[in-house]
Amino acid sequence: MSQQLKVAIIGSGNIGTDLMFKIMESDKLDLTGVIGIDHASEGLRIARDNKILTYSQGIKEFIEKNKKNMPDVVFDATSAKAHIANAEQLKPFSTKILDLTPAKLGPAVVPPVNLDRLTDEKDLNLITCGGQATIPVVHAVNRIQSVAYAEIVATISSKSAGPGTRENIDEFTQTTSWGIENIGGANTGKAIIILNPAEPPILMRDTVYCELDDAEANEMEITESIHNVVKEVQQYVPGYKLRAEPIFDGNTVTMFMEVEGAGHYLPSYSGNLDIMTAASVRVAEQMAELSPAADSPAN
Amino acid sequence: MKKDVLITEVALRDGSHAVSHQFTINQVETIVEHLDKANVPYIEVAHGDGLGGSSLQYGRSKVDEMKLIEAAVAKSHNSKIATLLLPGIGTKKHLQQARELGVHMARVATHVTEADVSAQHINLAKEMDMETVGFLMMAHMVPTTKLVEQAKLMESYGADIVYVVDSAGALLPHQVKERIKALKEELGVEIGFHGHNNLSVAMGNTIEAIHAGASRIDGSIRCLGAGAGNTQTEVLIGVLEKLGISTGVDMYKIMDVAEYQVAPLLPKPQEITKDSLAMGYAGVYSSFLLHARRAAEKYNVDTRDILVKLGELKAVGGQEDMIVDIAQEMAKNENPMHI
Repeated sequence: MSQQLKVAIIGSGNIGTDLMFKIMESDKLDLTGVIGIDHASEGLRIARDNKILTYSQGIKEFIEKNKKNMPDVVFDATSAKAHIANAEQLKPFSTKILDLTPAKLGPAVVPPVNLDRLTDEKDLNLITCGGQATIPVVHAVNRIQSVAYAEIVATISSKSAGPGTRENIDEFTQTTSWGIENIGGANTGKAIIILNPAEPPILMRDTVYCELDDAEANEMEITESIHNVVKEVQQYVPGYKLRAEPIFDGNTVTMFMEVEGAGHYLPSYSGNLDIMTAASVRVAEQMAELSPAADSPAN
Repeated sequence: MKKDVLITEVALRDGSHAVSHQFTINQVETIVEHLDKANVPYIEVAHGDGLGGSSLQYGRSKVDEMKLIEAAVAKSHNSKIATLLLPGIGTKKHLQQARELGVHMARVATHVTEADVSAQHINLAKEMDMETVGFLMMAHMVPTTKLVEQAKLMESYGADIVYVVDSAGALLPHQVKERIKALKEELGVEIGFHGHNNLSVAMGNTIEAIHAGASRIDGSIRCLGAGAGNTQTEVLIGVLEKLGISTGVDMYKIMDVAEYQVAPLLPKPQEITKDSLAMGYAGVYSSFLLHARRAAEKYNVDTRDILVKLGELKAVGGQEDMIVDIAQEMAKNENPMHI
């Protein structure tokens, strides 16, 4: 049996609390603490109810009390600004950081695409929800035939778009475009985000258009590659699916994706938030599997 | 001369939908030159979905919109050039670029419930000393109280003007009156109205809006706008003149632009077809029209069924991808043996 990785969460908001539930379900991760800034917050209360150690005075208090026995991995579910400060505090330790904020201090990770190459990095960021939902299929097409241009349209329910997303919506389009190019492999990427206020809230929808370099699309191989990558994502986001078979039209492939959240803490319509938390847990689990401690005699 | 109402001509932005975003530099130059001579105060230029709209989702621009904007700025002496930005599609970078090219007015558009995504763009426009409009789209989808709440947000970010935008051409005159009146009472800034003629009430709606206090009005010359087009600019100028409401626009000159410059470039005359009527009836974003027709043809289903379904699903502006998704699903359900 492999040894569990010790992990902690910074941030006791919606994302941090959803992470807590996902980590508690994991047999590869041992949640040693939740760090917040408000003792009365719902997230810290839920953590206490689940017998998890909580820290309500931020990262400094946590480090002060744990510097002899720091966790292997910390999930940062705060804000871009707070992440920069948190990363600074964690510098002296070997603790790795999984960054769910838009800070982008370290390389970006999309589990089915580049996780294998990045498990040694100190700080990994999870890009954006639209990136986690669409980059895997752009990669799936690109590994069969070179993608000249990929465009994604992410439609999320208004209720699941928090103030951070709303205050800086350009961050989403720019970071996601960057990820489509640099991780998905498209020569040029474009991202669009739409908020839909319908009630009951809609599930996250993502439409992905890939324009191939060649006019002749290898439909069979591309379709198979897409289905394979969808299955990989489904291992950590069961509600991730292709709504229909890919549509081929000349050199363009169109894919309609839908992301239903697992409903751990966040409601199931928040597939956009769920895919972020689930992807980060997937990254930590992979780190646990590769951890040298797993093979040490002590186990 | 005192102007009671300031007109913005939107054919070179909203009309981009009707020509599938194929405007050329030459067309823009000619139209702007003549609108300028007719003394139209503002001329909006952009891809139909605003800056950055050129895409597979909405259709690619034949000519980069920044080149079209540059051409428009060069040809305008009396008129000021405006542009549109939808946060989520376009970014601050696009707006900066447009400003550098000489665009005077920024119109920042959001769905009627999502005004808070416009704060950073409205702030930037104000910082760059632009006349700034908050543009609340699909205004028919919410009660007036919600509209007022969202308009106040845009006002608080610094918008100089807030528009009620009837993107689906679904509002009726009494509903326009109620909305404009409430905004006039609750806000300190100028109020505008942007209509679509899908139910043949764009002119009536516009007159109600003006009577209720709107002082900024959008029109599209020869109805060159999405769906059945907007309030027809040259007709509006005539109607307002009869009402004793001054716009400063030369009526004969704008009639001539409509007749000799704009009509010849229309793929076909703008009229209320069964599809645009269905859009107004179902409350669907006007730019979906040509996309829905193409999907209906490809999947052999009725355009109206697609549009009504989009209305039921409460699709908002920008969700063109749902059209093919719905059409292919309809085709699958109607002809299961062929799939």
